[in-house]
Amino acid sequence: MTLDLYGFGPALAAGTLMTIKLALSALSLGLVLGLLGALAKTSPLRPLQWLGDAYSTIVRGVPELLWVLLIYFGTVNGMHALGALFGRPDLELSPFAAGTIALGLCFGSYATEVFRGAILAIPKGHREAGLALGLSKTRILWRLVLPQMWRIALPGLGNLFMILMKDTALVSVVGLGEIMRSAQIAVSVTKQPFTFFMVAALIYLSLTIIAMIGLHFLEKRASRGFVRGSR
Amino acid sequence: MNWEVIIKWLPRLAEGATLTIELVAIAVLAGLILALPLGIARASQHWYVRALPYAYIFFFRGTPLLVQLFLVYYGMAQFEVIRKGPLWPYLRDPYWCAIITMTLHTAAYIAEIIRGAIQAVPPGEVEAARALGMSKWQALFHIILPRAARIGLPAYSNEVILMLKASALASTITLLELTGMARTIIARTYLPVEIFFAAGLFYLLIAFVLVRAFRLLERWLRVDAMHQGR
Repeated sequence: MTLDLYGFGPALAAGTLMTIKLALSALSLGLVLGLLGALAKTSPLRPLQWLGDAYSTIVRGVPELLWVLLIYFGTVNGMHALGALFGRPDLELSPFAAGTIALGLCFGSYATEVFRGAILAIPKGHREAGLALGLSKTRILWRLVLPQMWRIALPGLGNLFMILMKDTALVSVVGLGEIMRSAQIAVSVTKQPFTFFMVAALIYLSLTIIAMIGLHFLEKRASRGFVRGSR
Repeated sequence: MNWEVIIKWLPRLAEGATLTIELVAIAVLAGLILALPLGIARASQHWYVRALPYAYIFFFRGTPLLVQLFLVYYGMAQFEVIRKGPLWPYLRDPYWCAIITMTLHTAAYIAEIIRGAIQAVPPGEVEAARALGMSKWQALFHIILPRAARIGLPAYSNEVILMLKASALASTITLLELTGMARTIIARTYLPVEIFFAAGLFYLLIAFVLVRAFRLLERWLRVDAMHQGR
Protein backbone atom coordinates (compact mmCIF):
# COMPACT_ATOMS: atom_id res chain seq x y z
CA MET A 1 0.00 0.00 0.00
CA THR A 2 1.43 3.34 -0.92
CA LEU A 3 0.28 6.35 0.98
CA ASP A 4 0.56 9.79 -0.55
CA LEU A 5 1.29 12.29 2.23
CA TYR A 6 1.59 15.23 -0.21
CA GLY A 7 4.99 16.14 1.24
CA PHE A 8 3.66 16.39 4.81
CA GLY A 9 5.71 13.44 6.03
CA PRO A 10 8.50 15.54 7.63
CA ALA A 11 5.91 17.80 9.32
CA LEU A 12 4.19 14.77 10.83
CA ALA A 13 7.54 13.40 11.96
CA ALA A 14 8.34 16.73 13.64
CA GLY A 15 4.89 16.59 15.27
CA THR A 16 5.59 13.09 16.55
CA LEU A 17 8.84 14.29 18.08
CA MET A 18 6.99 17.15 19.78
CA THR A 19 4.38 14.73 21.13
CA ILE A 20 7.12 12.55 22.61
CA LYS A 21 8.85 15.59 24.15
CA LEU A 22 5.60 16.82 25.66
CA ALA A 23 4.71 13.38 27.02
CA LEU A 24 8.13 12.97 28.64
CA SER A 25 8.23 16.43 30.20
CA ALA A 26 4.68 16.07 31.53
CA LEU A 27 5.67 12.64 32.86
CA SER A 28 8.62 14.15 34.78
CA LEU A 29 6.47 16.85 36.33
CA GLY A 30 3.66 14.36 37.02
CA LEU A 31 5.95 11.89 38.77
CA VAL A 32 7.24 14.61 41.10
CA LEU A 33 3.71 15.85 41.83
CA GLY A 34 2.42 12.31 42.31
CA LEU A 35 5.20 11.47 44.73
CA LEU A 36 4.63 14.67 46.70
CA GLY A 37 0.88 14.03 46.70
CA ALA A 38 1.32 10.48 47.95
CA LEU A 39 3.76 11.55 50.68
CA ALA A 40 1.31 14.27 51.74
CA LYS A 41 -1.58 11.82 51.81
CA THR A 42 0.31 9.25 53.89
CA SER A 43 1.91 11.81 56.21
CA PRO A 44 0.79 11.93 59.84
CA LEU A 45 0.13 15.69 59.56
CA ARG A 46 -3.56 16.53 59.10
CA PRO A 47 -3.15 19.67 56.95
CA LEU A 48 -0.84 17.79 54.56
CA GLN A 49 -3.33 14.91 54.28
CA TRP A 50 -6.05 17.40 53.56
CA LEU A 51 -3.93 19.09 50.89
CA GLY A 52 -3.14 15.79 49.17
CA ASP A 53 -6.80 14.79 49.24
CA ALA A 54 -7.92 18.12 47.80
CA TYR A 55 -5.33 17.90 45.03
CA SER A 56 -6.23 14.43 43.83
CA THR A 57 -10.00 14.93 44.18
CA ILE A 58 -10.25 18.29 42.45
CA VAL A 59 -7.82 17.62 39.61
CA ARG A 60 -9.31 14.22 38.84
CA GLY A 61 -12.85 15.60 38.81
CA VAL A 62 -12.26 18.17 36.07
CA PRO A 63 -11.64 17.27 32.38
CA GLU A 64 -8.05 17.35 31.10
CA LEU A 65 -9.11 19.63 28.25
CA LEU A 66 -10.44 22.16 30.75
CA TRP A 67 -7.08 22.15 32.58
CA VAL A 68 -5.21 22.74 29.34
CA LEU A 69 -7.50 25.66 28.45
CA LEU A 70 -7.52 27.07 31.97
CA ILE A 71 -3.75 27.01 32.31
CA TYR A 72 -3.10 28.39 28.83
CA PHE A 73 -5.74 31.14 28.73
CA GLY A 74 -6.19 31.64 32.45
CA THR A 75 -2.59 32.57 33.21
CA VAL A 76 -2.26 35.31 30.60
CA ASN A 77 -3.06 38.15 33.01
CA GLY A 78 -1.03 36.70 35.84
CA MET A 79 2.00 36.16 33.61
CA HIS A 80 1.74 39.71 32.23
CA ALA A 81 1.70 41.07 35.78
CA LEU A 82 4.66 38.88 36.69
CA GLY A 83 6.50 39.94 33.54
CA ALA A 84 5.92 43.61 34.33
CA LEU A 85 7.82 43.09 37.60
CA PHE A 86 10.88 41.94 35.69
CA GLY A 87 10.53 44.48 32.93
CA ARG A 88 9.24 41.98 30.36
CA PRO A 89 5.54 42.83 29.95
CA ASP A 90 5.04 40.38 27.05
CA LEU A 91 5.82 37.37 29.24
CA GLU A 92 3.41 34.44 28.73
CA LEU A 93 3.25 30.67 28.93
CA SER A 94 4.10 28.89 25.70
CA PRO A 95 1.62 26.19 24.59
CA PHE A 96 4.33 23.64 25.41
CA ALA A 97 4.75 24.93 28.98
CA ALA A 98 0.98 25.15 29.49
CA GLY A 99 0.55 21.63 28.12
CA THR A 100 3.32 20.26 30.33
CA ILE A 101 1.82 21.85 33.43
CA ALA A 102 -1.77 20.79 32.65
CA LEU A 103 -0.95 17.20 31.70
CA GLY A 104 1.62 16.88 34.49
CA LEU A 105 -1.01 18.07 36.95
CA CYS A 106 -3.53 15.47 35.73
CA PHE A 107 -0.94 12.67 35.61
CA GLY A 108 0.22 13.61 39.11
CA SER A 109 -3.29 13.43 40.55
CA TYR A 110 -3.74 9.84 39.38
CA ALA A 111 -0.12 8.95 40.22
CA THR A 112 -0.81 10.16 43.78
CA GLU A 113 -3.22 7.24 44.22
CA VAL A 114 -0.85 4.75 42.58
CA PHE A 115 2.09 5.82 44.75
CA ARG A 116 -0.06 5.88 47.87
CA GLY A 117 -1.14 2.30 47.22
CA ALA A 118 2.49 1.32 46.71
CA ILE A 119 3.62 3.02 49.93
CA LEU A 120 0.89 1.24 51.88
CA ALA A 121 1.92 -2.09 50.29
CA ILE A 122 5.40 -1.93 51.81
CA PRO A 123 5.42 -3.96 55.00
CA LYS A 124 5.62 -1.84 58.14
CA GLY A 125 8.46 -4.00 59.44
CA HIS A 126 10.80 -2.70 56.74
CA ARG A 127 10.45 0.85 58.00
CA GLU A 128 10.79 -0.27 61.61
CA ALA A 129 13.91 -2.22 60.67
CA GLY A 130 15.35 0.96 59.16
CA LEU A 131 14.53 2.89 62.33
CA ALA A 132 16.07 0.17 64.48
CA LEU A 133 19.26 0.39 62.40
CA GLY A 134 19.38 4.09 63.20
CA LEU A 135 18.62 5.40 59.70
CA SER A 136 17.21 8.90 59.48
CA LYS A 137 13.70 9.46 58.10
CA THR A 138 14.92 10.79 54.76
CA ARG A 139 17.35 7.90 54.40
CA ILE A 140 14.55 5.42 55.06
CA LEU A 141 12.53 7.15 52.35
CA TRP A 142 15.34 7.13 49.78
CA ARG A 143 16.90 3.78 50.57
CA LEU A 144 13.98 1.63 51.72
CA VAL A 145 10.63 2.98 50.64
CA LEU A 146 11.27 4.48 47.21
CA PRO A 147 13.23 1.56 45.66
CA GLN A 148 10.56 -0.93 46.72
CA MET A 149 7.70 1.37 45.79
CA TRP A 150 8.97 1.62 42.22
CA ARG A 151 8.35 -2.08 41.56
CA ILE A 152 4.82 -2.04 42.97
CA ALA A 153 3.82 1.25 41.32
CA LEU A 154 5.21 0.50 37.85
CA PRO A 155 2.21 -1.30 36.27
CA GLY A 156 -0.14 1.47 37.44
CA LEU A 157 2.20 4.20 36.25
CA GLY A 158 2.51 2.44 32.90
CA ASN A 159 -1.25 2.62 32.38
CA LEU A 160 -1.22 6.28 33.34
CA PHE A 161 1.59 6.97 30.87
CA MET A 162 -0.46 5.45 28.02
CA ILE A 163 -3.36 7.71 28.99
CA LEU A 164 -0.97 10.69 29.17
CA MET A 165 0.36 9.97 25.70
CA LYS A 166 -3.13 10.06 24.24
CA ASP A 167 -3.97 13.20 26.21
CA THR A 168 -1.10 15.05 24.53
CA ALA A 169 -3.46 15.37 21.55
CA LEU A 170 -5.48 17.86 23.63
CA VAL A 171 -2.65 20.39 23.59
CA SER A 172 -3.20 20.83 19.83
CA VAL A 173 -6.26 22.87 20.89
CA VAL A 174 -3.98 25.66 22.18
CA GLY A 175 -1.81 25.47 19.05
CA LEU A 176 1.19 23.31 19.96
CA GLY A 177 2.68 21.72 16.82
CA GLU A 178 2.33 18.08 17.81
CA ILE A 179 0.87 15.20 15.76
CA MET A 180 -2.73 16.41 15.72
CA ARG A 181 -1.80 19.97 14.87
CA SER A 182 0.46 18.81 12.01
CA ALA A 183 -2.37 16.62 10.74
CA GLN A 184 -4.84 19.50 10.94
CA ILE A 185 -2.51 21.75 8.94
CA ALA A 186 -2.04 19.03 6.35
CA VAL A 187 -5.82 18.60 6.14
CA SER A 188 -6.44 22.30 5.62
CA VAL A 189 -4.05 22.28 2.63
CA THR A 190 -4.83 18.92 1.02
CA LYS A 191 -8.55 18.52 1.92
CA GLN A 192 -7.88 14.87 2.78
CA PRO A 193 -9.15 14.70 6.39
CA PHE A 194 -9.64 10.94 6.61
CA THR A 195 -6.17 10.13 5.27
CA PHE A 196 -4.29 12.43 7.61
CA PHE A 197 -6.30 11.77 10.77
CA MET A 198 -5.94 8.04 10.07
CA VAL A 199 -2.17 8.50 9.74
CA ALA A 200 -2.23 10.39 13.06
CA ALA A 201 -4.21 7.53 14.64
CA LEU A 202 -1.64 5.02 13.35
CA ILE A 203 1.23 7.11 14.75
CA TYR A 204 -0.47 7.11 18.18
CA LEU A 205 -1.03 3.35 17.90
CA SER A 206 2.66 2.76 17.17
CA LEU A 207 3.68 5.02 20.05
CA THR A 208 1.37 3.00 22.31
CA ILE A 209 2.93 -0.26 21.10
CA ILE A 210 6.46 1.08 21.67
CA ALA A 211 5.49 2.24 25.17
CA MET A 212 3.96 -1.17 25.91
CA ILE A 213 7.18 -2.93 24.88
CA GLY A 214 9.31 -0.49 26.89
CA LEU A 215 7.12 -0.98 29.94
CA HIS A 216 7.34 -4.72 29.63
CA PHE A 217 11.14 -4.52 29.91
CA LEU A 218 11.02 -1.99 32.75
CA GLU A 219 8.62 -4.23 34.69
CA LYS A 220 10.81 -7.23 34.07
CA ARG A 221 13.84 -5.33 35.34
CA ALA A 222 12.04 -3.86 38.36
CA SER A 223 10.71 -7.23 39.49
CA ARG A 224 13.93 -9.20 39.13
CA GLY A 225 14.31 -11.44 42.11
CA PHE A 226 10.55 -11.37 42.62
CA VAL A 227 9.32 -13.27 39.56
CA ARG A 228 7.92 -16.68 40.31
CA GLY A 229 8.44 -19.57 37.95
CA SER A 230 4.75 -19.98 37.18
CA ARG A 231 4.39 -16.51 35.67
CA MET B 1 -12.51 36.68 41.22
CA ASN B 2 -15.50 38.34 39.62
CA TRP B 3 -18.47 36.53 41.19
CA GLU B 4 -21.12 38.67 39.53
CA VAL B 5 -20.03 37.50 36.10
CA ILE B 6 -20.15 33.87 37.20
CA ILE B 7 -23.67 34.27 38.57
CA LYS B 8 -24.78 36.13 35.48
CA TRP B 9 -23.68 33.34 33.14
CA LEU B 10 -24.69 30.45 35.39
CA PRO B 11 -27.91 29.67 33.45
CA ARG B 12 -26.01 29.35 30.16
CA LEU B 13 -23.43 27.08 31.81
CA ALA B 14 -26.26 24.95 33.22
CA GLU B 15 -27.59 24.67 29.67
CA GLY B 16 -24.18 23.38 28.58
CA ALA B 17 -24.16 20.98 31.53
CA THR B 18 -27.47 19.43 30.42
CA LEU B 19 -26.02 18.74 26.98
CA THR B 20 -22.93 17.23 28.63
CA ILE B 21 -25.10 14.94 30.75
CA GLU B 22 -27.19 14.01 27.71
CA LEU B 23 -24.11 13.10 25.64
CA VAL B 24 -22.57 11.05 28.44
CA ALA B 25 -25.82 9.25 29.31
CA ILE B 26 -26.49 8.21 25.71
CA ALA B 27 -22.87 7.21 25.09
CA VAL B 28 -22.44 5.03 28.19
CA LEU B 29 -25.81 3.30 27.72
CA ALA B 30 -25.40 2.70 23.97
CA GLY B 31 -21.78 1.80 24.65
CA LEU B 32 -22.86 -0.81 27.19
CA ILE B 33 -25.26 -2.40 24.69
CA LEU B 34 -22.57 -2.46 22.00
CA ALA B 35 -19.94 -3.70 24.46
CA LEU B 36 -21.94 -6.75 25.62
CA PRO B 37 -21.44 -8.87 22.47
CA LEU B 38 -17.91 -7.48 22.11
CA GLY B 39 -16.94 -8.39 25.66
CA ILE B 40 -18.56 -11.83 25.47
CA ALA B 41 -16.77 -12.54 22.18
CA ARG B 42 -13.51 -11.20 23.64
CA ALA B 43 -13.77 -13.71 26.51
CA SER B 44 -14.29 -16.60 24.07
CA GLN B 45 -11.92 -19.55 24.03
CA HIS B 46 -11.69 -19.58 20.23
CA TRP B 47 -9.09 -17.28 18.71
CA TYR B 48 -11.20 -16.51 15.61
CA VAL B 49 -14.04 -15.22 17.80
CA ARG B 50 -11.62 -13.16 19.90
CA ALA B 51 -9.65 -11.64 17.00
CA LEU B 52 -12.15 -9.08 15.71
CA PRO B 53 -13.20 -7.59 19.07
CA TYR B 54 -9.53 -7.55 20.04
CA ALA B 55 -8.62 -5.45 16.99
CA TYR B 56 -11.57 -3.13 17.63
CA ILE B 57 -10.63 -2.66 21.29
CA PHE B 58 -6.95 -2.19 20.45
CA PHE B 59 -7.68 0.56 17.93
CA PHE B 60 -10.12 2.49 20.12
CA ARG B 61 -8.02 2.22 23.27
CA GLY B 62 -4.74 2.94 21.51
CA THR B 63 -5.70 6.21 19.84
CA PRO B 64 -6.85 9.49 21.41
CA LEU B 65 -10.58 10.24 21.43
CA LEU B 66 -9.79 13.55 19.72
CA VAL B 67 -8.40 11.70 16.68
CA GLN B 68 -11.47 9.44 16.56
CA LEU B 69 -13.75 12.45 16.82
CA PHE B 70 -11.98 14.21 13.93
CA LEU B 71 -11.98 11.00 11.87
CA VAL B 72 -15.75 10.80 12.10
CA TYR B 73 -16.61 14.50 11.93
CA TYR B 74 -14.08 15.71 9.33
CA GLY B 75 -12.81 12.42 7.89
CA MET B 76 -16.08 10.98 6.63
CA ALA B 77 -16.60 13.94 4.29
CA GLN B 78 -13.61 12.81 2.22
CA PHE B 79 -15.66 10.02 0.65
CA GLU B 80 -18.13 10.79 -2.11
CA VAL B 81 -20.11 7.62 -1.29
CA ILE B 82 -20.82 8.78 2.27
CA ARG B 83 -21.70 12.32 1.24
CA LYS B 84 -24.24 10.93 -1.22
CA GLY B 85 -25.39 8.22 1.21
CA PRO B 86 -28.50 8.11 3.42
CA LEU B 87 -26.50 8.62 6.65
CA TRP B 88 -25.02 11.96 5.59
CA PRO B 89 -27.57 14.15 7.46
CA TYR B 90 -26.40 12.46 10.67
CA LEU B 91 -22.68 12.34 9.91
CA ARG B 92 -22.75 16.05 9.05
CA ASP B 93 -24.22 16.95 12.43
CA PRO B 94 -21.65 17.44 15.24
CA TYR B 95 -24.19 16.19 17.81
CA TRP B 96 -24.55 12.79 16.14
CA CYS B 97 -20.83 12.60 15.38
CA ALA B 98 -20.04 13.16 19.06
CA ILE B 99 -22.56 10.52 20.13
CA ILE B 100 -21.36 7.97 17.56
CA THR B 101 -17.68 8.47 18.40
CA MET B 102 -18.12 8.54 22.17
CA THR B 103 -20.25 5.38 21.99
CA LEU B 104 -17.69 3.51 19.86
CA HIS B 105 -14.89 4.75 22.14
CA THR B 106 -16.46 3.85 25.45
CA ALA B 107 -17.72 0.50 24.10
CA ALA B 108 -14.10 -0.60 23.67
CA TYR B 109 -13.31 0.19 27.30
CA ILE B 110 -16.56 -1.34 28.61
CA ALA B 111 -15.94 -4.49 26.56
CA GLU B 112 -12.62 -4.94 28.37
CA ILE B 113 -14.41 -4.47 31.71
CA ILE B 114 -17.00 -7.09 30.72
CA ARG B 115 -14.28 -9.52 29.63
CA GLY B 116 -12.46 -9.07 32.93
CA ALA B 117 -15.68 -9.53 34.87
CA ILE B 118 -16.67 -12.66 32.91
CA GLN B 119 -13.26 -14.19 33.52
CA ALA B 120 -13.51 -13.33 37.23
CA VAL B 121 -16.68 -15.41 37.70
CA PRO B 122 -15.58 -18.43 39.74
CA PRO B 123 -15.27 -21.42 37.37
CA GLY B 124 -16.97 -23.66 39.93
CA GLU B 125 -20.23 -21.75 39.56
CA VAL B 126 -20.20 -22.13 35.79
CA GLU B 127 -19.42 -25.81 36.13
CA ALA B 128 -22.24 -26.20 38.66
CA ALA B 129 -24.67 -24.60 36.19
CA ARG B 130 -23.53 -26.93 33.43
CA ALA B 131 -23.77 -29.92 35.77
CA LEU B 132 -27.38 -28.95 36.51
CA GLY B 133 -28.07 -29.39 32.82
CA MET B 134 -28.07 -25.74 31.71
CA SER B 135 -26.97 -25.16 28.15
CA LYS B 136 -24.00 -22.90 27.44
CA TRP B 137 -26.31 -20.00 26.62
CA GLN B 138 -28.51 -20.59 29.66
CA ALA B 139 -25.42 -20.58 31.86
CA LEU B 140 -24.28 -17.37 30.18
CA PHE B 141 -27.56 -15.52 30.73
CA HIS B 142 -28.60 -16.91 34.12
CA ILE B 143 -25.28 -17.37 35.88
CA ILE B 144 -22.30 -15.69 34.20
CA LEU B 145 -23.75 -12.33 33.14
CA PRO B 146 -25.63 -11.52 36.39
CA ARG B 147 -22.48 -12.36 38.35
CA ALA B 148 -20.25 -10.43 35.95
CA ALA B 149 -22.55 -7.39 36.17
CA ARG B 150 -21.90 -7.14 39.90
CA ILE B 151 -18.17 -7.76 39.52
CA GLY B 152 -17.84 -5.17 36.75
CA LEU B 153 -20.05 -2.45 38.21
CA PRO B 154 -17.34 -0.51 40.12
CA ALA B 155 -15.15 -0.44 36.98
CA TYR B 156 -18.16 0.65 34.91
CA SER B 157 -18.81 3.56 37.25
CA ASN B 158 -15.17 4.64 36.76
CA GLU B 159 -15.67 4.50 33.01
CA VAL B 160 -18.76 6.71 33.27
CA ILE B 161 -16.74 9.36 35.15
CA LEU B 162 -13.96 9.12 32.55
CA MET B 163 -16.54 9.64 29.80
CA LEU B 164 -17.92 12.66 31.64
CA LYS B 165 -14.45 14.19 31.39
CA ALA B 166 -13.92 12.97 27.83
CA SER B 167 -17.16 14.66 26.76
CA ALA B 168 -15.32 17.99 27.03
CA LEU B 169 -13.70 17.06 23.71
CA ALA B 170 -17.06 17.46 21.96
CA SER B 171 -16.40 21.20 22.22
CA THR B 172 -13.65 20.81 19.58
CA ILE B 173 -16.27 19.88 16.97
CA THR B 174 -18.32 23.01 17.79
CA LEU B 175 -20.78 21.43 20.23
CA LEU B 176 -21.89 23.79 22.99
CA GLU B 177 -21.66 21.40 25.90
CA LEU B 178 -20.22 22.58 29.23
CA THR B 179 -16.67 23.29 27.97
CA GLY B 180 -17.89 24.59 24.60
CA MET B 181 -20.34 26.90 26.35
CA ALA B 182 -17.59 28.14 28.67
CA ARG B 183 -15.36 28.94 25.70
CA THR B 184 -18.18 30.83 23.98
CA ILE B 185 -18.85 32.87 27.10
CA ILE B 186 -15.13 33.62 27.48
CA ALA B 187 -14.95 34.81 23.88
CA ARG B 188 -17.52 37.42 24.91
CA THR B 189 -16.41 38.34 28.45
CA TYR B 190 -12.61 37.80 28.27
CA LEU B 191 -12.71 36.28 31.76
CA PRO B 192 -11.19 32.81 31.31
CA VAL B 193 -10.35 32.16 34.97
CA GLU B 194 -13.84 32.88 36.32
CA ILE B 195 -15.77 31.00 33.65
CA PHE B 196 -13.48 27.95 33.50
CA PHE B 197 -13.57 27.85 37.31
CA ALA B 198 -17.37 27.79 37.23
CA ALA B 199 -17.36 25.10 34.51
CA GLY B 200 -14.92 23.06 36.61
CA LEU B 201 -17.31 23.30 39.57
CA PHE B 202 -20.11 21.95 37.37
CA TYR B 203 -17.97 18.96 36.37
CA LEU B 204 -17.04 18.29 40.00
CA LEU B 205 -20.70 18.48 40.99
CA ILE B 206 -21.82 16.08 38.24
CA ALA B 207 -18.99 13.66 39.09
CA PHE B 208 -19.93 13.81 42.78
CA VAL B 209 -23.58 13.03 42.05
CA LEU B 210 -22.59 10.15 39.74
CA VAL B 211 -20.27 8.63 42.35
CA ARG B 212 -23.05 8.81 44.93
CA ALA B 213 -25.61 7.31 42.54
CA PHE B 214 -23.35 4.38 41.70
CA ARG B 215 -22.71 3.77 45.38
CA LEU B 216 -26.48 3.50 45.89
CA LEU B 217 -26.77 1.16 42.91
CA GLU B 218 -23.99 -1.02 44.30
CA ARG B 219 -25.79 -1.22 47.62
CA TRP B 220 -29.06 -2.06 45.87
CA LEU B 221 -27.40 -4.83 43.83
CA ARG B 222 -25.58 -5.91 47.01
CA VAL B 223 -22.17 -5.83 45.34
CA ASP B 224 -20.32 -5.86 48.64
CA ALA B 225 -22.24 -8.91 49.90
CA MET B 226 -20.32 -10.99 47.37
CA HIS B 227 -17.06 -10.52 49.19
CA GLN B 228 -18.33 -11.38 52.66
CA GLY B 229 -18.12 -15.15 52.21
CA ARG B 230 -14.40 -15.10 51.51
